[in-house]
Order: sequence, then C-alpha cells, then structure tokens
Amino acid sequence: MSTFLLEIVTPERIVFSQQVDSVSVRGDEGELGIMAGHLPLVTPLKVAPITIKTGNTATTLAVHGGFVEVQKEKVIILAESAEMSNDIDVERARAARERAERRLSSGGNRDLVDHRRAELALQRAITRINVSSKGKE
Amino acid sequence: MAKGMREIKRQIKSIQNTRQITKAMEMVAAAKLRRAQEKAQSSRPYAEKLKEVVDGIAAGTTGISHPMLVTRPVKKTAYIVITSDAGLAGGYNANMLRAVMDRIKATHTSKEEYGIFVVGRKGRDYFRRRELPVVDEVTELSDSPTFADIKSLAYAAVRSFEDEQFDEIYICYNKFINAITQVPTINRLLPFEKPVASASGVKASYEYEPSPESVLQVLLPKYAETIIYGALLEGKASELGAKMTAMGNATKNASKMIGELTLTYNRARQAAITQEITEIVAGANAQS
Repeated sequence: MSTFLLEIVTPERIVFSQQVDSVSVRGDEGELGIMAGHLPLVTPLKVAPITIKTGNTATTLAVHGGFVEVQKEKVIILAESAEMSNDIDVERARAARERAERRLSSGGNRDLVDHRRAELALQRAITRINVSSKGKE
Repeated sequence: MAKGMREIKRQIKSIQNTRQITKAMEMVAAAKLRRAQEKAQSSRPYAEKLKEVVDGIAAGTTGISHPMLVTRPVKKTAYIVITSDAGLAGGYNANMLRAVMDRIKATHTSKEEYGIFVVGRKGRDYFRRRELPVVDEVTELSDSPTFADIKSLAYAAVRSFEDEQFDEIYICYNKFINAITQVPTINRLLPFEKPVASASGVKASYEYEPSPESVLQVLLPKYAETIIYGALLEGKASELGAKMTAMGNATKNASKMIGELTLTYNRARQAAITQEITEIVAGANAQS
C-alpha cells in the first residue's frame, strides 16, 4: 500500500510528521478519507477527531480550528491546536464541557457571539474527551 | 579613618550582593532567550504554510475579494502594542512605547481616531496613566506564551476590523535582531497587502471545498492571528535579549565599582597604618 507524508502543524510546533497510509478528517462539507494520490484539495476542518492509519495501528488526535491541504505527495493539516490522546487533560476537558453546557442552557439566544463561543468550546471539550477515551482502549 | 573604612567595606558588600543578583538574572535571561528563540523558530512553519495557501488561492483564482484585502478609508486605527510584564529590561519598553507615541502623535489629532490593544503590564500601565483608549489587554504572560494566551486578544482585534470598528490595524513589537539589538517596529497587519499572483512557479491547481471564497473567509482571520502570535514570540525573545544585555551591563558596572571601592579601601587602610606608625614614632621620640 502506498503511503504519503502527513504533517500536522500548529502555531507552536510541528505535532506530527510521518509516512501514513490514510487519514480521515471531518471537513466543512463532511467526512473525508484521504489516501495517497488524492486530488489536491484545500478545505477547512470542523472541530472533530482525526484518525490516522499506519499499517495496523490507528492514531487519533483532537484537532480544532484547522484546515487540511492535500498536495500531490503530502498532506498538511494546519490547526490552532492538535493533541494526541495522551496529551489531553481529561479533567479540564470535562470541566470545560460542563461550563459550556451551563452557559448554553442559561444564556439562551441573548448574545450570539457568546452563544457561538460556548458551542465551540463544547465541541472542543467533547472532541478531547472522545479522543482521550479512544486512546485508552 | 577607621570609620570611613567600615563605611567603604559595607558598600563593597552591598554592591557584591547586587552583582550576584544581576549576574543570576543575566544567566536566567540567557537560558530563557534560547528557549524563546527556538519557540519563535518553531512557529514559523505554520505562518509560512498559511501564507503559502493564501497566496495559492490568490494566484489560482481571479476576481476573489475579501474585506481583509480591501483598503477602505481610514476613520479609526488600532494599534496592537507588545510590551513586557516585568521591568529591568533596559530600554525595551521605553523604546517601544516612545515609537508608538511618536506615531500616534504624528498621525492622530484626537483620541477618537485610534484604539490600543496592549500586551504586557508595562504598556498597559503606561497607556492607562495617560488615559489613552485601551480596547483590550493581556498581561501576566509566561515566558513561553502559548497561542491560547493571545488568542482572545487576537480574535478581538481581527473581529473589530471585520466589524469595521477599526479600518486599519498596526502591530507594534520589538523586532529581534540579536541579543544586543532590538528594533521597535510598527507594521500594518490589516488590511493585508494584496498577495501578488503568479511568481509562485509550480502552482498546483487545488480543489477548494466548498469554494475559494469560503476557504479564504476561514483562512485570513487565522493568518492575522498567527502574525500577532508570531510578533508576540519575537517580542518575547527581544525582551529576554534586552534583559540579558541590561543585566550583563549591570554586572559589569558592579564589578567596576567594586574595583574602585577596593582601591579606595586599601588606600585608606594604608593611610591609617602610616598614621599609626607616625604616632608611635613621635611618641617614642618624645620619651627619649
């Protein structure tokens, strides 16, 4: 099976740079599975886990605020943050989830910006929790 | 004479203590500077990549437009000023703030015409004292700030441009040349320079999903935020460089002062001994 180079870059560092078999991400328009030889593509990503497959192992990362660029020989994911399952602080994510849920239930629709932010925070927290529980299996 | 000697000795002790502290601070700054530089380095791939994609879109498609690429008549200007929390960094903050004030005085006549986003306690205190319009502030950053630290300020600044609250955003930070030299720099952040099409040689024709415009919509604010973060990291490196140099100078000055004082002390000691001998000799002479 042919592989391609996947790079995951955040403003702080290069999180991941390896040859992989495939990667699946959730783009703005829906779930995408990318394998070697994919059409060059740029699309923003949703706040969601991404799954990287190399041979028989699958790695999951929590990615938010990012987009993916598919080139001929490599795929680059640029994101504001990308965390491996063992880097995630589950306690913090849980607390963030509760906070966001509280805000969403109490705030109603009064402030659109705040509402939206709370929603994003909730998504981030849920993604983190999911990724970290997957990593433990 | 003996009393004067004790005085000098005390002074030497005190300067020695000061030197110990400045020396320690210099070494700490040097160690942190290395880390800050590495950090600034590692943030570069992200910014470069982002720029590449933005340019790629501009080059690959024609007739795209985005508010962030359009220059509109300037009614209100925003300045993002990056300073430090702690002092003892030589002219680091003073130079930056002076450059900003010069710029503001030269271009604006009233406080209605601009707003300031400030990073760092020194800058905040400075602008507050002068009652200048501070829109947002971030203080108490660690020595290796993360993207999340600056995110809310960057987001607020970019949003205020999108909402047309400000028509221009400048970013002011100390550019890091080397550990001794830092240059206060004021750069225009928004609106972006229109990326020049072509020249990129092999431009892959990308598929944009859902469309080039909407990708740009997502990318440009991110790009702006990344530049702000990059400036913050560079500012941090400059701060530590300035601190290291300032503390190095302080240590050198302390050593010099100790040398001078030691000389004075020895002279005084010698004078005291000579006087004592003279007195004894005089006494002996008087007896015989």
